[in-house]
Amino acid sequence: MTLLQLPNPGLEDRILSHEELDKLETEEAGRGDRPKWDNKTQYMLTCVGFCVGLGNVWRFPYLCQSHGGGAFMIPFLILLVLEGVPLLHLEFAIGQRLRKGSLGVWSTIHPYLAGVGIASMFVSLMISLYYNTIMAWVMWYLFNSFQETLPWSQCPLNYNLTGLVSECEQSSPVDYFWYRETLNTTPDIGANGGLQWWMVLCLVSAWAVLYICIIRGIETTGKAVYVTSTLPYVVLSIFLIRGLTLKGSLSGVVFLFTPNLTELTNPTTWLDAGAQVFYSFSIAFGGLISFSSYNSVHNNCEQDAVIISAVNGFTSVYAATVIYTIIGFRATERFDNCLGGNILALLNTFDLPEGNVTESNYDQVLQSLNGTYPEVIQGLNLKTCDLNTFLSEGVEGTGLAFIVFTEAITKMPASPVWSVLFFIMLFCLGLSSMFGNIEGVLVPLQDLGVFPKSWPKESTTGITCVLCCIVGLIFVQGSGNYWLSLFDSFAGSIPLLIIAFCEMVGVVYLYGIDRFNDDIEFMIGHKPNFFWQITWRFLSPAIMLVIFVFYFITKVTETLLYKTWNPESENFPTLEEKPYPAWIYVIIFILAGIPSLAVPGTALFRCLRRKRSRKSEQQELKTVCNQMDVNDKAQDGESRT
Amino acid sequence: MHCCSHIILLFGQAICTVGDNCYRAVTFLKEGMLVWILFLLCQVGAPALAQDLCQRDAPNGYKVRISLKTALGEDAYEWNQSEMFFFQATMAFAMRRHFQMETYNVDNIILCVQTSRVSFWFVVTSPDNTTMLIPKADVEKAVRMSRHRINNAFLLSDRTLEFLGIYPTLAATVNPDTPPWLIVFGVVIGAVCAGIIALLVSSLLQKRRKEKGMTEDGQDEEDMQVKGVENGINLDGTYNRGFTDDDRFTKL
Repeated sequence: MTLLQLPNPGLEDRILSHEELDKLETEEAGRGDRPKWDNKTQYMLTCVGFCVGLGNVWRFPYLCQSHGGGAFMIPFLILLVLEGVPLLHLEFAIGQRLRKGSLGVWSTIHPYLAGVGIASMFVSLMISLYYNTIMAWVMWYLFNSFQETLPWSQCPLNYNLTGLVSECEQSSPVDYFWYRETLNTTPDIGANGGLQWWMVLCLVSAWAVLYICIIRGIETTGKAVYVTSTLPYVVLSIFLIRGLTLKGSLSGVVFLFTPNLTELTNPTTWLDAGAQVFYSFSIAFGGLISFSSYNSVHNNCEQDAVIISAVNGFTSVYAATVIYTIIGFRATERFDNCLGGNILALLNTFDLPEGNVTESNYDQVLQSLNGTYPEVIQGLNLKTCDLNTFLSEGVEGTGLAFIVFTEAITKMPASPVWSVLFFIMLFCLGLSSMFGNIEGVLVPLQDLGVFPKSWPKESTTGITCVLCCIVGLIFVQGSGNYWLSLFDSFAGSIPLLIIAFCEMVGVVYLYGIDRFNDDIEFMIGHKPNFFWQITWRFLSPAIMLVIFVFYFITKVTETLLYKTWNPESENFPTLEEKPYPAWIYVIIFILAGIPSLAVPGTALFRCLRRKRSRKSEQQELKTVCNQMDVNDKAQDGESRT
Repeated sequence: MHCCSHIILLFGQAICTVGDNCYRAVTFLKEGMLVWILFLLCQVGAPALAQDLCQRDAPNGYKVRISLKTALGEDAYEWNQSEMFFFQATMAFAMRRHFQMETYNVDNIILCVQTSRVSFWFVVTSPDNTTMLIPKADVEKAVRMSRHRINNAFLLSDRTLEFLGIYPTLAATVNPDTPPWLIVFGVVIGAVCAGIIALLVSSLLQKRRKEKGMTEDGQDEEDMQVKGVENGINLDGTYNRGFTDDDRFTKL
């Protein structure tokens, strides 16, 4: 049933037929021209590692908790099934069938679609640049965890040794360590603050570790993923057991999963769920297409897609549980401290014996004292302590990992051990995602012919890593944090939605859903069932479009503000929101606009080039015809004479 | 208390010098009564005098706050008069330790305004003149010097035995010469560089072996042809070189 099929001449010439694929299968096994996975486990672990990343740990728990807890599972699971799984299956199948990287696949489907591959490459490049900086930050914290007293557990003394550093005293030791000793952040994005030498070292080490893992492509990556993809699960389990034994952990988990069904009526919930599923699956990076192109032709990609989606969803929920046990512990600690502080103030002011005021009778005592001495109570400035406020201080992103979690770790016994484990887990999660990102950069570069074919793989990966490291120095200056969040919001959001939409449309309507169905039947033995047909043809593109439109509108209409750490500002420990300077809008356009415009741009470019080459072909034909004419006439003339 | 005995002695001496012979029998009773009245007054007056010196918000006094339950939990001892005496003794020790010449005694530490919190005020009088108070600054120095000993005497810490107004000195942080993170960084980067070099060298060696293998294969084929082995079958007879591939030798 073909509703719509766009004309696509020459497709047959560009792709290998089924018989050729079978022949290639037996030949390649002997020749080893194209890289291959050593076994299925490596492939699955690499894909799982690429999909499961830092977002599962620090974005999903925040979304879950801020959009109604357990109720968030409903839109998340629905969109996982309707959006995530079909897109994943599509990418796996097309990569396995056409046996090329992302650029090759889209150029094969139609030469005008090469823009999709180029856009994928750009996006992967931008994301690789800043993602490895996060790895550098994780390494910095990891290196600093090998000390008995963690450096972020106490404020350093000031210059005269008379007191604590004022910036640290006003905020907190963890904040100070993150903003001052790690980032050495400047008050705004314009002031670049120079390169921070310790972060440069960590950046170099992050790129060095990445290089050694990808030095020979999937030959080395396939070995590295045995560790990087499995270690996070081990550490999460250890943290779960540790977390459940801490006081207050269960209140955190209960808070996370308590459903608030009214949130389901809020459209932002569905939007955020869709965006999270989409970004969590690392679709449209091109990495997944590359990875599945190294598979054998008859690999069951349908099963793989379902398994990886399930693992990704499960990991999100599991990580959220673990994170919230620790957050529950931290919130309970804070609550106890807050209440303890108030109780102490009351005891000291009214000289009551210790133990007279406890958590249970605090409210009664406060009320009676307020009745008799209201001015004194006012003068004390007692803070209101509410456990739910502390629990809902929802933090996401780097704030969760480097501020909230590190603070919780300092309160656990044997903190250095937990700190090392936590940061090794974050490092493995990020590194396995980086494998996919870099694959999405390297393979298109090879396909474009940027590097000569004679150069060995080690040198191409080495040069890419060195160049990315040098460009990544932007992110280790004083204002690097602001640049990173800029890249994160713009380079990795809108272009991906556009690319994914074009992928679906390209495969279903340009490549032809009928041909695609036949290919899948050839590869795995049965035709994709009704569910796949519906989602590929209508549902998933529709969902993509809706998410894209809403995202675009919200991003374009909101005034762009960014949060800065400014010790001079009035509400100091709270981050000050500033508007972006005008020249940043140019950068934003470059980040989001160039990949998005690469899709129509390349199409236009190739179209014009073809027209020009057709014209010159026609002219050549004309001259050849003329020449033949003249020759014929000459011959006739000769024969006559 | 010895101020009272001082006064009585002086008065006694005065009486003795004045009434030597005549008034002895008559004034003996009067003296006795006077002495008794003075004695009573002293008993009342001495603490009154002391209380004038020690009071809430006294200019030269400090407030002490003790949190036994916070520090010791279930092992907390009861704060009673003996503990107060112990405190006086400890403070006298601290004063003696600071001012090494002067002998302070338990009587020189005056306590007042005790509450059930447990908190109280104290002042320190000079050993030579009981009406004179030691200035606040000197008391602070003495306390700072022996703070650790005072804390340990009561099994408490800086936080649970507070002298309001005397801030605990901050412990200087230990700054190692090489920051520990640099050491870990060095180890990691050393291992990674070693790994990279090993992999590059091994791939170079592999390449060379491949190239060697290819040239050897090529030579083997040619030798086999010349020797008259085709398709693994030994042909009898001599091989006519005229029909070999001349490309090796000359090109037309």
